[in-house]
Amino acid sequence: MSLLDVRDLTTSFQTGGGEVTAIENVSFSLEKGEILGIVGESGSGKSVTALAIMGLLPRPPARVLGGSVRFEGQDLLTLSDRSMQRLRGPGIAMVFQEPMTSLNPVFTIGEQIMETIRAHESLSQKDSFARAVEMLEKVGIPAATTRMSDYPHQLSGGQRQRVMLAIALVCRPRLLIADEPTTALDVTIQAQILELLMDLRDEFGMAIIMITHNMGVIAETADRVLVMYAGRVVEQAPVGRLFDHPLHPYTRGLLSCVPTLDQDQDRLIAIPGSLPEPSRRPSGCRFSARCVHAIPACSDVIPPLEIFEQSHAAACIRVGDFA
Amino acid sequence: MTEPKRASPFRATMRRLLHHRLFVLGCVLFGLILLVAIFAPLIAPVDPNKLSMRMKFRPPGADFIFGTDNFGRSLWSRVVWGAQLSMFIGGAVVAINAVLGTAIGAAAGYFRRLDNALMRINDALMAFPAVLLAIGVTAVLGPSVNDVIIALAIVYTPRTARIVRSSVIVLREMEYVQAALAAGAGHWRILRRHILPNAMAPLIVQLSFLFAYAVLTEATLSFLGVGAVPPTPTWGNIMAEGRQYMTDAPWIITIPGAALMITVLGLNLLGDGLRDVLDPRLRIQQ
Repeated sequence: MSLLDVRDLTTSFQTGGGEVTAIENVSFSLEKGEILGIVGESGSGKSVTALAIMGLLPRPPARVLGGSVRFEGQDLLTLSDRSMQRLRGPGIAMVFQEPMTSLNPVFTIGEQIMETIRAHESLSQKDSFARAVEMLEKVGIPAATTRMSDYPHQLSGGQRQRVMLAIALVCRPRLLIADEPTTALDVTIQAQILELLMDLRDEFGMAIIMITHNMGVIAETADRVLVMYAGRVVEQAPVGRLFDHPLHPYTRGLLSCVPTLDQDQDRLIAIPGSLPEPSRRPSGCRFSARCVHAIPACSDVIPPLEIFEQSHAAACIRVGDFA
Repeated sequence: MTEPKRASPFRATMRRLLHHRLFVLGCVLFGLILLVAIFAPLIAPVDPNKLSMRMKFRPPGADFIFGTDNFGRSLWSRVVWGAQLSMFIGGAVVAINAVLGTAIGAAAGYFRRLDNALMRINDALMAFPAVLLAIGVTAVLGPSVNDVIIALAIVYTPRTARIVRSSVIVLREMEYVQAALAAGAGHWRILRRHILPNAMAPLIVQLSFLFAYAVLTEATLSFLGVGAVPPTPTWGNIMAEGRQYMTDAPWIITIPGAALMITVLGLNLLGDGLRDVLDPRLRIQQ
């Protein structure tokens, strides 16, 4: 049994112009201790997928139209609010993109970590303090005991993200969803945080869903990659395969956007056009309007995600032509 | 970057407040009235309702600091006890408002389903001019101190609720609320720990102004004869009685008027100071 098994997850949002789907038929699974990267542009549905798994989509306006999210065999979409609340923290935890605003400014970081502990376990003040200090040390905050009484504004961005990790991990979750955890940080700090995440994965044996739009982050951390475009999964592959043999034209576009050191380039290659608004998505393949390989048949049907080789799947009717 | 000082936000705010001159002045003025109210039995031992017809219309002087009124009652006693009543009514209205306004505002702002219903009731109440609505409520309930408090609470709670709601709507979308939800916090914990403490600043400012409004409206109501019934010594009552003798005994109306002015001025300065210090947008401009 997989740790997490998402099948045909479809969600929508009620907007002024009617109901639009945010993600459609998203399916993937995740094993214990595995790191799954989800890449895509802003608005491709990465974060909505994460929030849907957490049961944190704002309802209304959001709605889950179909599919299932099985975590350790239990369908989270049918779970009561109360049980879901108990699962968040010890079962699935999440860290967010903005470490600057993810901490409550009026409480010390110690109070915030201990609060999370007390929400799930009945520990004494002394024990939860010790546990919080231990966790702060694990995420690499020096002088953790004195830092406990610091307010968020006294910490740097990287330190705050470490504190966020401490809060997320203090209940030893089996799955951590990291939604662009390094986007707001500068490059050297990014590398430290990613390394820390990998170390903690090894120590706690938790699985991680790493959401990012940064191919570099994926290459460094993920075991397997999910590429999303306009609310759909367009390609799924083990990380090595994806970088060596990308199948979907969108993935190839994304990879060619990354500058390399081996070749001289005057201009970076860009994918023409921009992500369509959810209400104005083209018929058929969502990427067809921007795809250099598009043929008329592309706008007829939405191509299904098909497995080609070695658990490498892509949703493109022309994959055979590229091989 | 230098190591920031380990100061709690509370202490930093206190330090800024104490450097705000007008805030300090407001505190002194309001504090003066508050002290007078608290120690009324000590500083004005003469019964404010003790009639003494032989002593009527004595101007302020050695025997009677503030003079006497048309029934020979000590105006000092009446104004001092009036201060106590004003502070009691103001305090009670603020307390009820803080609780009810926060509860209604937080419920409307946090639980979207309740928003429409609660806010439309709010709007209906806010559509009436404050004094008119208060007169209406006291007309139904009857003119006693408790009923005046209830009336003022009904009049001003919608305003407080609206202010709390607007803060809560902003705070609900903050990342730390999302992060707390992701860590398994329930709605009650989110509201209590993450939303309300951050919504306190505008609420405290509002409540300080509200105290002034409540004192002023209470005085208006008793001046109009729909507040606490005479001979209860309220500033409004004293002024209403003194109005007839304004040319011959101007002290009867001016002294409680001055007390009212000092109270409202003090509270407004205090509220302005709090707003200057607590509002982050104003702080940037300084």
